[in-house]
Amino acid sequence: MAADPIAQFQIKKIMTLGHIGPYEIALTNSAVFMIAAVVFIVGGIMLAGRNIIPGRAQSLAEITYEFVAGTVRSTAGNEGMKFFPLVFSLFTFILVLNMFGMIPGFFTVMSHIAITGALAALVILTVIIYGIYKNGFKFFKLFWPSGVPMFVMPLIVVIEILSFLSRPLSLSVRLFANMLAGHITLKVFASFIGLLATSLGVAGWLVGILPFSMLIALTALEFLVAFLQAYVFTILTCLYLNDAIHPGH
Amino acid sequence: MTGDQRGNGGDDLSGRLRRLDEKLDAREAEEMRKQPAPSANAADRFGGVVAGFAVGWAFDKLTGWSPWGLIVFLLLGFAAGVLNVLRSIGALPKYGERRDK
Repeated sequence: MAADPIAQFQIKKIMTLGHIGPYEIALTNSAVFMIAAVVFIVGGIMLAGRNIIPGRAQSLAEITYEFVAGTVRSTAGNEGMKFFPLVFSLFTFILVLNMFGMIPGFFTVMSHIAITGALAALVILTVIIYGIYKNGFKFFKLFWPSGVPMFVMPLIVVIEILSFLSRPLSLSVRLFANMLAGHITLKVFASFIGLLATSLGVAGWLVGILPFSMLIALTALEFLVAFLQAYVFTILTCLYLNDAIHPGH
Repeated sequence: MTGDQRGNGGDDLSGRLRRLDEKLDAREAEEMRKQPAPSANAADRFGGVVAGFAVGWAFDKLTGWSPWGLIVFLLLGFAAGVLNVLRSIGALPKYGERRDK
């Protein structure tokens, strides 16, 4: 009964699609869930309808749009709205995958740092490329704080550059670590119930109420974390894009 | 409204001090609520150290000055992590903003 709490994160190959050089391109359970999320999001938007009095699906789509648009406008300003498609895609993709992960037996895609790292790299490369394209050399003023005495400037610039480099790392680690730790905790508490019931009999069933009630509370918390981490990723993306749009302020 | 309060014994120093205290308490509670979760700070600090490690390691590989690049850049990375945390709690201005005021 003591299930391995890590087993749920195993990548399983479903079928091989082909080879690129020595590397195998396979359809994995992770990829299947990502495709399912994209189908879910695109399908949800397509089926939402365009009625004057919105139905449930349409309300949901409209609320999501308003929510993300409000976040982008308040953090990156109206100029940031040109990145709205990117931010909206990231938010819905992460949110839907996190919520899929909350369904028992489903795979949690965002518990792999390869995925969150790729998303963070996408964000930070967008910031760098757009920042240099839009502002040219002025983009590097980001690392040149004004009002600092000249003799500490070399040190400060190196620290600022390291701080900038650490952004994609902390962005990916935050999402990945929260999802991984949350799902391990759920699994561990759930396996306590089974262990108690099999080893202690009736008394075990009674004591098992404790981890079970904990599990219910943790499940609620994990739903919050699943939403919150998608939102945190989104709002940080907007903040970083804001730096690319207005580097000197 | 303010005139009314002033009439009710706000003229003396202790009354004014008390009102200032109340305002400060309310302000402080507001500031406390704005603080992000500690987990966000942990990730920020971690990110700085890892970035320092990566740069230091690459520096050592390129110059062959091992282990000096690693030592120096890990320390600088720690500083960058602290900088991230200070930024995320709003104790320092954002990138590129003036910090001498």
